[in-house]
Amino acid sequence: MTNTVPPDLEVLGMTKRFGPLVALKDVNFRLRPGRFHALLGENGAGKSTLVKCIMGYYHPDEGKILLDQQQVAIRSPRDAQVLGIGMVYQQFTLIPNMTVLENLVISKAKLSPIINWREEENKLTQFMEKMPFKISLAARVSSLAAGEKQKVEILKQLFLQNRILILDEPTSVLTPQEADEVLGHLRAMTRAQQISVLIITHKLREVVTFADEVTVLRKGQFVGSGLVSDLTVSQMAEMMVGSEVTARPKERHTSSTKTPKLAIHDLRVHDDAGVEAVRGLQVTIHAGEIVGVAGVSGNGQRELVEVLAGQRQAIAGTILVRGMPFEPTREQIVRHKIYCLPEEPLLNTCVGNMSLAENLAFRNFDVEPHAVGGWLIKHHMIRRSAQSLIEQYNIKPPYPHLPIRSLSGGNVQRAVLARELSDGVEILIVANPCFGLDFLATEDIRLQIVAARNRGTAVLLVSEDLDEILELADRTVVMFNGQLVYETTSSGADLALIGRHMTGHAA
Amino acid sequence: MEVGWWGVLIAVLGGAIRIGTPFLFVSLGECLTEKSGRINLGLEGTLVMGAMTGYAISLHSGSPWLGVLCAGLAGAVLGALHSWLCSFQRVNDIAVGIAMMLFGTGLAFFLGKPYIQPSAPRLPSIDLGGWSNVPQLQAALQINGLFLIGIVVAIALGWILKNTSWGLKVRVVGESADAARALGLPVDRIRLLSTAQGGFLAGIGGSYLSLYYPFNWSEGLSSGQGLMAVALVIFARWQPLACLWVSLLWGGAAALGPALQSVGITYGYYIFNAIPYIMTLAVMIITCSPRRNLLGAPHELTVTR
Repeated sequence: MTNTVPPDLEVLGMTKRFGPLVALKDVNFRLRPGRFHALLGENGAGKSTLVKCIMGYYHPDEGKILLDQQQVAIRSPRDAQVLGIGMVYQQFTLIPNMTVLENLVISKAKLSPIINWREEENKLTQFMEKMPFKISLAARVSSLAAGEKQKVEILKQLFLQNRILILDEPTSVLTPQEADEVLGHLRAMTRAQQISVLIITHKLREVVTFADEVTVLRKGQFVGSGLVSDLTVSQMAEMMVGSEVTARPKERHTSSTKTPKLAIHDLRVHDDAGVEAVRGLQVTIHAGEIVGVAGVSGNGQRELVEVLAGQRQAIAGTILVRGMPFEPTREQIVRHKIYCLPEEPLLNTCVGNMSLAENLAFRNFDVEPHAVGGWLIKHHMIRRSAQSLIEQYNIKPPYPHLPIRSLSGGNVQRAVLARELSDGVEILIVANPCFGLDFLATEDIRLQIVAARNRGTAVLLVSEDLDEILELADRTVVMFNGQLVYETTSSGADLALIGRHMTGHAA
Repeated sequence: MEVGWWGVLIAVLGGAIRIGTPFLFVSLGECLTEKSGRINLGLEGTLVMGAMTGYAISLHSGSPWLGVLCAGLAGAVLGALHSWLCSFQRVNDIAVGIAMMLFGTGLAFFLGKPYIQPSAPRLPSIDLGGWSNVPQLQAALQINGLFLIGIVVAIALGWILKNTSWGLKVRVVGESADAARALGLPVDRIRLLSTAQGGFLAGIGGSYLSLYYPFNWSEGLSSGQGLMAVALVIFARWQPLACLWVSLLWGGAAALGPALQSVGITYGYYIFNAIPYIMTLAVMIITCSPRRNLLGAPHELTVTR
């Protein structure tokens, strides 16, 4: 790596419109050489848009980019790379079926027509020796943990000799330990003036711990920036959200009796590749209790939820609902009132082209008062029920006839929750309910889940967001490698210990 | 009777090479196409079109090898057309493949009407059995040059996919179009070239049918080799060299019926002839279980997503 400092990146008056929507309005931003800069904001605040304009993915309507006070034109990610700007994306761009070596070699701008693998391997081995973290070159990417993939993405940018690294929510798939390790290494490299780092995040903890400077965007506009050392957490939160709103503690009623509602014994489930993803899982959930399943994604959570939702068959084990064996048939689901809010509900539990009203009626379109005799549908009754659910759950826009795919993520989530809760749910399965939602929608959904719990519902909450679990759950269990490996009450939770169990490094 | 059973074995091995060669070419073509992330079911039409083109050019020019080359070029054009159609938004490669299959066979029948009667020059074969005086062995070792070329292509294709930048790019495009775009690779162009090259190989496979074995041009010439190639490639786990062994296996299975007949076993003749189809069906059922993914499959293929 050269000894000169990384370039000084400045964005002036950047505006980007998508049709009538102004995603970015006259935003100024500066990344000084060798700084660790955080770009903070809610979902939809324009962080990603700004970064994609810098990377040449989007072409801004107004504004310019300066590199060391010289105006530069960046028309494509290739241009950005030539200027030494590289980005690590939220979704990994590594090729799972290839090795780390192959992935790094293919990223080079110029490939020789015939690849001398031995020479490439030697060169990369030397490069790896100078790097703060080590990854085996021969490893297949699909076999790496999320944290390791993130490291490979970063190594790739350094290998390409990029001096400005942009990371889009780099820690969303990492455990707290992995996140601290990766961000710590990046900060050390900025301190050594080797690189400048810009990270997009909404996690204030990371900003406070690692960043030197912060810029806050809200609704596409620049709100403020400054040194992290000059700002308090609540000041930053306020800049991000607007008014002084913080997560309200949700009112909880504790029931005195402990009636087990859902009991899972020795559940074994295969994943799509025919490999056992859930390996002998045991859990019991009582009435009026939220059990939070924490874990890094890919440890069998998806398969577990799919079995409970009836989308996948278990290969062994029993599921007891109120002491009776449960098969996910429509008849039993209705009888036991075991309902589900899976991740990505638009894909998993809605029909995008059908109307909001029809989607809301999936559970009960063929019973009174929506149908006569179980077969003749009364559309006006379905619409009337939909209207009342829309009002009750604050779904926007409030039109039952709209196709559900035209609704925003938060409103699809509200709609599915309305459907699943409205029939007096007894057991609720929830997976990543607030992923990608803004602050208000998140608060809404979480309040509904806690309210269901207070009414005596047994809730299984599967989430990759540890903060969400600690906020909502009464008990937290950690899922690793298809098993529940650790259990704690949420009030006495030790974050470090949970993190160690999430990675399987428990002492 | 003892010599007779040896005869069956020799006939099966000879048949494996003779019947397996078109399987080899068409499966290599399908393998390359699928490596780039698309399935080309149109190769069945490409095969028939290649057979017609090869036969016609051989007849007119008097050179069967020129016929083979032109058959390959015709296949490349059909492959490029398939890929071009698939490059539009929301176009499904399977549906386009079926359309291309019908288009290819229909066009070949239309253009090939005048060539059903006349007899074109045949591709020469190489006698590798001269040392032996057993007639069955001599017949089995009459090898066509295309088979040897096919072996070279299979080895070369495997090497190219692993060791050249072109091969690496094809694999990246086949594994993840998103990653390829992030790397600045022209996804559609790489797929176009791969599919055209795949069509070239399938066209050659077709010319083998009309110019060597069974050596005629008729509308019933192909018997589904182009479609079975999809199953062959799955069975070969997308490895070119494995395509060679799998093609020989299918060829041998197809030769079993006639070989048994030659020693007087006519019982179940039609069942034996159906073996390649039964094997294809079995491969599809075993590998396409909804409960598992196909190991080694390029990730962009529509069947694996």
